[in-house]
Amino acid sequence: MLNNKGRPTQPTVDSNVDDSLETFTGNKGLELETPLIFEQGVPGRIGVDMADPKPVKSRLGGLERKESVGLPDLSEPQVLRHFVRLSRQNYAIDAGFYPLGSCTMKHNPRINEKVARLAGLGDLHPMQPTSTVQGALELIDDLAHWLKTITGMPAVTMSPAAGAHGELCGVMAIRAAHEANGEVRTRILVPESAHGTNPATAALCGYKVEAVPARADGRMDLDAFAEKLGPDVAGVMLTNPNTCGLFETDVKRIADLVHEIGGYFYCDGANLNAILGRVRPGDLGVDAMHINLHKTFSTPHGGGGPGAGPVVFSEGLAAFAPVPYVIQGENGFELVEQVEGDAAQSFGRMKGFHGQMGMFIRALAYMQSHGADGLRQIAEDAVLNANYIRVSLDDKLHSSFAGICMHEALFDDSTLKGTGVTTLDLAKAMIDEGFHPMTMYFPLVVHGAMLIEPTESESRQTLDQFIGAMRYLLDKATAGETDYFLSAPHFSPRRRLDETGAARNPVLRWIPDESADANEKTSVSAAS
Amino acid sequence: MLARVGVKSIDDLFADIPEEARLTDLLDLPLHESEMVVEKNFRTLAAKNLSPYSTPCFLGAGAYQHHVPSVADHIIQRSEFLTAYTPYQPEISQGTLQALFEFQTQVALITGMEVANASMYDGATSCAEAVLMACRVTRRKKAVISGNLHPHYRDVTRTTLQFTEFETIDLPTAAAGIENFDDHINSDIACVVVQNPDFFGRIQDLTALADKCHEAGVLLVVVVNEVVSLGAIKSPGEMGADIVAGEGQSIGVPLSYGGPYVGLLATRQKFVRQMPGRLCGQTVDQDGKRGFVLTLSTREQHIRREKATSNICTNAGLCSLAFTIHMSLLGEAGFTKLASLNHSQAVTLAEKLEAIDGVSLLNDTFFNEFTLRLPANAAEIVEKLATKGVLGGVPVSRLIPKEPDMANLLLVAATETCSTADMDDFVVALKEVLGC
Repeated sequence: MLNNKGRPTQPTVDSNVDDSLETFTGNKGLELETPLIFEQGVPGRIGVDMADPKPVKSRLGGLERKESVGLPDLSEPQVLRHFVRLSRQNYAIDAGFYPLGSCTMKHNPRINEKVARLAGLGDLHPMQPTSTVQGALELIDDLAHWLKTITGMPAVTMSPAAGAHGELCGVMAIRAAHEANGEVRTRILVPESAHGTNPATAALCGYKVEAVPARADGRMDLDAFAEKLGPDVAGVMLTNPNTCGLFETDVKRIADLVHEIGGYFYCDGANLNAILGRVRPGDLGVDAMHINLHKTFSTPHGGGGPGAGPVVFSEGLAAFAPVPYVIQGENGFELVEQVEGDAAQSFGRMKGFHGQMGMFIRALAYMQSHGADGLRQIAEDAVLNANYIRVSLDDKLHSSFAGICMHEALFDDSTLKGTGVTTLDLAKAMIDEGFHPMTMYFPLVVHGAMLIEPTESESRQTLDQFIGAMRYLLDKATAGETDYFLSAPHFSPRRRLDETGAARNPVLRWIPDESADANEKTSVSAAS
Repeated sequence: MLARVGVKSIDDLFADIPEEARLTDLLDLPLHESEMVVEKNFRTLAAKNLSPYSTPCFLGAGAYQHHVPSVADHIIQRSEFLTAYTPYQPEISQGTLQALFEFQTQVALITGMEVANASMYDGATSCAEAVLMACRVTRRKKAVISGNLHPHYRDVTRTTLQFTEFETIDLPTAAAGIENFDDHINSDIACVVVQNPDFFGRIQDLTALADKCHEAGVLLVVVVNEVVSLGAIKSPGEMGADIVAGEGQSIGVPLSYGGPYVGLLATRQKFVRQMPGRLCGQTVDQDGKRGFVLTLSTREQHIRREKATSNICTNAGLCSLAFTIHMSLLGEAGFTKLASLNHSQAVTLAEKLEAIDGVSLLNDTFFNEFTLRLPANAAEIVEKLATKGVLGGVPVSRLIPKEPDMANLLLVAATETCSTADMDDFVVALKEVLGC
């Protein structure tokens, strides 16, 4: 096969050309570098066309800005190119398998994005008279109905902006309920396998956090838990399925025990995806649980947010929920925005305005697209995929806990012992294979933890390729090819980064002179 | 796949769930719908709302109608940004990380501060976190909160602090005048929190207040909930702010009925280890190429657990990216021009409204939002205006209820999005509903 210049297109196999050869621009074919936006400005350019201000008598009271801001001036195509180039340095679920345990990196359907941008939904002002936003309030009310039905809980608040914000909401409601009862309780029990936000949240609510150890089977130690209970315990924060990817088999007993001493059961709902339509937390004795709409209900993770963390409540806690909330009044839907009247027991307000509406729209679109039947299938496929990975790797990697797992498979690093390869090194080699690594070193209860969550979105073919790559890498590691791992990744836009140096001498913003030096050193040149 | 796993049926995978709690039937919810039907459902809901972009709109009070450039909305929908997660693996997350570094720099520049974090949930939560941070920095336990801080920011701050060892001292709202903080500044106080422009739109020089605070070892927290104002007025940093908490929605983020937005938090370099939230830092990779990583994570909950500076785990990722893109498009020339345009719009509108009989302007200084005193109940007027298709401002009573003095106060904002015709429609409609 010849191209139009008559030369063969077949690559020369025995080439002596070094792959690490530098180019003049720093680019390598489709790998395009882009300097910081601040290094690309040319005075006089502008990327937004707008009308000239009319001359008016200033009402700024003599406080006009006199110093320049220091922003660079760029044209629209320059800005577009900059961010397109940046985007290509990111891994993403749309591009490949992203089995980041506990994060539920599932497919994000684009219908969600489309409806979130409809005129009349995405562009509403939060302070419009409620008479002009009846559709928006109906949407929130409808989403609330789905969330209550899915969880089997009688009440929900839509305020929290993220999972950790939801935890804060739940624990504040617990504290408010105890205080309304005239009780001062000082301790919250949290399993040692819990996500770090759990103890951080409890501390922000003034509680002393006490860790409960895990049993050999990965569940919370019921005896140790019972021993720690007392009249000063406000409640327990338990993730179920837990961070080891296991269903807490004693969950009902845990709920009964905490209720017996007058405490509440906060369930971290981060892993709700595994049990959709299979069991309702309300049937397990849960008093409050946050729901990560950005995990279970597919609102995009967006490089780390925005999220949304509505919290469902039991009857006992519902009255303490934060404002605002939607009610059906005589003239349609209304918003209760103040702590007074029926909301007098509310513990307050968590956020400006009415919650993460943009996320509500996407989550409801996802729910309608799946329905009762599809939601149940999500849990089934997610759990099946995780178990498929577990059994396909457990002769090469050590499963931390025996038996069926839920939505994620957890392995420790015992296979790597003595190889000189760590969980981190293995993860970096996975990057070279075109996968996003699993969650590393979490949960803390497992040595060198590797937490793999495939979600329901992945096909068997993707799982097989991933399993094949993992087995290949593990063989390589145990065969003593340590250097390959220590120098990985080899094929990513950046090699391993100096994180220690970054923390020791934090450079958190661009500063003109230093940046110019750094630019020279790294031979990254402006391409525009 | 079931055979490989070694189970007979899907049900076997759920055997750990207590039998009495297992669901055998489907949930009592509708079955799945096609994309076409789902889209139609949402179009039906949208049709029940009045879009502020299709009608004269003068709403503000912490959320502002601006034009979002199409490039910003296009880029944030690129798969690589939309469907990536927190950049835990920096080698394959440089796009998100570099954009965050640029965001932090832009926020530091516009606020006149040394450093900024990678964003918070929204302006109100950012304000609460700024107060917690000030308490950690000063090792003091009380925060003085201006009565003219946005009521949601006050409420969120009070709510966030209520179960901690810290407390707020909430000053009364002072719609008509400048507040005097002198009696409240002493060595027990961690910080004073003021908003500029304040809730009613008034702009103040905070330099003297900053000096007084600093004499007593008190930090000055300045809240900015219309960031476009920073293109026209002296920055909080220049006035001596120690922490700036802001709402970045005005730049690149759609109104979206109140969220998701993007909280800004900026401060001095020396306080950086007490900052909440994610931080992105510059470093090099093993080949010596410049790169970016999440840094100073020893402040954070996944390492520090109950001793963390905050329980916050994520930031407002995609919204901060939209902000960064819009700000990049604006640049120095565009940002200052946008601010100037907003101010001229507001001045033009204020002059037209002030001329109506019985209507007076409460504040003498303002940026793009001001407060009117009407000769009638503002909430009722707003409802009547809405029936005429005019979103004519936010009644102060919606945010500060049960204050008879404020029942007639109306917050009115004008941005680059309103035309002269919009303003004239508003004037005509207001005259009609006031009966003059």
